[in-house]
Amino acid sequence: MIVRSSGTQPIAIEQDVVLARQTTRKLATECGMRLIDLTKLVTAVSELARNTMVYGGGGDMDWQVLDDSTRVGLRLTFRDEGPGIPDLKLAMTDGWTSGGGLGLGLTGAKRLVDEFELDTEPGKGTRITITRWT
Amino acid sequence: MERIPILRMGEFLLVTIQVDMHDQLALTLQDDLAELISRTSARGVLIDISALDMVDSFIGRMIGTISGLSRVMDAETMLVGMQPAVAITLVELGMTLPGVSTALNVERGMHLLRERVARR
Repeated sequence: MIVRSSGTQPIAIEQDVVLARQTTRKLATECGMRLIDLTKLVTAVSELARNTMVYGGGGDMDWQVLDDSTRVGLRLTFRDEGPGIPDLKLAMTDGWTSGGGLGLGLTGAKRLVDEFELDTEPGKGTRITITRWT
Repeated sequence: MERIPILRMGEFLLVTIQVDMHDQLALTLQDDLAELISRTSARGVLIDISALDMVDSFIGRMIGTISGLSRVMDAETMLVGMQPAVAITLVELGMTLPGVSTALNVERGMHLLRERVARR
């Protein structure tokens, strides 16, 4: 598998969540992703970028355009050095929220992508990587 | 401050969302609508999201809140124009917008809204 291109952008303020969505839309379009897959990916990015900003206290989004010779994909990593997620099992439960939301962010984002990986350590931060293939 | 415009059409309020909203903008719209329903005694609110290419849980929650608060203020809310890809994503995300009335386009939404308000 090769990485065709990559980059990073900050997620610190609300406007950065909008920019994260726009970058994802542009990259996914360039990958030739179908509209429905693109919409799912952009929605997942919106949920995760907001989590990074609100719960992680800000962080970064790394993006990679992947090519594994049979298909092209977009991989995005959301990193923060916030408080981490103390109870991962609870956080991955539909409808559970520590904030004022609906508790659909993490679980919903997971359902919208092909691959979902989450690393978190209390006091150290959280890293979530998602991938959607064309 | 940046705002989403709300048009008054007789006893209805019409909102057409045409920008990629950040969260504060969505919250401002919610407050503006509550204020306008009260000030104009509007009987219905029509929200056109045909230009929105994404609705996440935050925007979904805002739509649900607007629908709920207009109901307690004696107004009906109609959400119109949701794109198919957005609808599929929203349901997969786990948001089925319970209690929110929907129509495929502005014309049908307006028709439904008039019928409902007339029935009350």
